[in-house]
Amino acid sequence: MKIDVNAVSKTFGTFRALDNINLNIKSGELISLLGPSGSGKTSLLRIIAGLEWPDSGDIRFDGEDALSLTVKERDVGFVFQHYALFRHLTVADNIAFGLRVRPRKVRKPEFAIRQKVEELLNLVQIASLADRYPSQLSGGQRQRVALARALAIEPRVLLLDEPFGALDAKVRKDLRRWLRGLHNELHVTSILVTHDQEEALEVSDRVVVMGHGKIEQVGTPSDVYDSPASAFVHDFIGESVALPITVENGVARVGERKLSINADGISGAARLFVRPHDIEIAQPGLSAIEGQVLAVRRFGPIHRVDISVPVDGGRTTIEASVPAGQEPKIGETLGLIPERYRVFAA
Amino acid sequence: MTAFAPGRILKREKSVIPGFGITFGLTVTWLGLIVLIPLAGLFIKTFELSLDEFLAILTSSRVLNALKISFGISFLAAVTNAVLGSIVVWVLVRYDFPGRRIFDAIVDIPFALPTAVAGIALTTLYAENGWIGQFLAPLGIKVSYTPLGIYVALVFIGLPFIVRTVQPVLEDLDGELEEAASSLGAARWQVIFKVIVPAVLPALLTGFALAFARAVGEYGSVIFIAGNLPNVSEILPLLIVIRLEEFRYADATAIAVIMLLISFVLLFAINQLQRWTDTRVGR
Repeated sequence: MKIDVNAVSKTFGTFRALDNINLNIKSGELISLLGPSGSGKTSLLRIIAGLEWPDSGDIRFDGEDALSLTVKERDVGFVFQHYALFRHLTVADNIAFGLRVRPRKVRKPEFAIRQKVEELLNLVQIASLADRYPSQLSGGQRQRVALARALAIEPRVLLLDEPFGALDAKVRKDLRRWLRGLHNELHVTSILVTHDQEEALEVSDRVVVMGHGKIEQVGTPSDVYDSPASAFVHDFIGESVALPITVENGVARVGERKLSINADGISGAARLFVRPHDIEIAQPGLSAIEGQVLAVRRFGPIHRVDISVPVDGGRTTIEASVPAGQEPKIGETLGLIPERYRVFAA
Repeated sequence: MTAFAPGRILKREKSVIPGFGITFGLTVTWLGLIVLIPLAGLFIKTFELSLDEFLAILTSSRVLNALKISFGISFLAAVTNAVLGSIVVWVLVRYDFPGRRIFDAIVDIPFALPTAVAGIALTTLYAENGWIGQFLAPLGIKVSYTPLGIYVALVFIGLPFIVRTVQPVLEDLDGELEEAASSLGAARWQVIFKVIVPAVLPALLTGFALAFARAVGEYGSVIFIAGNLPNVSEILPLLIVIRLEEFRYADATAIAVIMLLISFVLLFAINQLQRWTDTRVGR
């Protein structure tokens, strides 16, 4: 199902949770809403679900007005961070809940419900747990139950609110890969809210980066990682080094030195963003950016090097990656060449 | 009560919670002094009667009727409170309205008010010329000096037990459960009966048991409103007092013993039921 979010705004008291959000979600895609806490991603998800209403704007499911429907009528499968399983029901009864509460006229016969539950138990790979109660399950198993329960009603859209947020790192990684596999199988339009960029980048077809109630960028995981649209996105996604610079008449300077970088369209105070692994270490004197090595840390196949660089009005510490075997000495002066970079006005 | 494993008392195990010996000793001493010795006295006094005499007392129509009145009306009052009390809890927990805190405090009044005062107040209100009674009288409903009066008094004193046991559980109930149920297509009434009620049921049973037990033992408020007609509106505690005033102490203790046994069996059954609902939710 196609979902269109048009000019949606929402305010809580004086806090602007969503500020004129426009977003088109394609049928069958898995899209992530990624942002720090307070960015409005959960509010947007809950508005799409019908658990909250926007102050203005509209939501369309396949062109049809969704705001006139209650959550009960919207046919959405919602998965909560803390599972929200019914603790007085077994796993099988939890999954069957959505099928059993249907009005008698449209309710499936009991044997069909049982069959459906069995299918779902197999789909989420917890068939052996059918008769357990939620309190007897691990977090990962509970979230599988929650997912099966949401899928049981054959929702038009699957909404996942930080579904792996309460799980430990290893389970989280396994589950999100499994979720991606499941999506490839089912092709149900899915919206995943997360603050974990690794999760968003690994799982989604497209990522919506949100900050301060606004959409900063929408794109494929490669788009948002390789060509961040704003300083916020560059800073939020992946590791970034930000160096304050000034640009005058197309010439960029760091401190007193001239930088040979392309800073088209920017004038005045700006920030140069580089990924640590895109910084090339060079002999001093060859580069405009120079600094003293403060600390070296071994981190798997690379060294992380903290380098103190003079900038306007002081010094800043940036982190670069150096392959193992070329370990710099502490106190040594190094030149730094940003191989790939982006410049954003400050 | 049942937390320690068998052999725990005999074998000295290292524990992070010290003081088992002293606290257990105090518990036994205290329970003995306050509860067990007086109750044992009750049984010992009863043994002055032969079995035939004991049975004769129990099967006398006055005692049987009093048993029916005491347990029957207490049960009805507790059921009423379970329903109405739950609604009161719902209102107190779910809605914010001016004066909510005052309402919340009013619920406790039956706890604090001397029961005789409550009895006299209710009797006056429900008497044929009372504020409420005057409207009921034309409908042919008499409350004061009838079994209905007992019911009213027992509902009054039982209310806070339900409210105070269910309230914290409903307050802690995760709102996401209701959202999840709605998103799965449940109608509002289905959310209430399939999600909320099962979640608060163990607490509701506890409250029911407390209200019921309190009602069975209630004396002060009932004797003012009941009219105390033998076989019609005479409750067991009153019958015990009457027997005492007649210096028939063994008769009085015999009635007390049977009351105690029935109460114990009922409370034990409710307890088991509650434990069953508890294990179902895996607590």
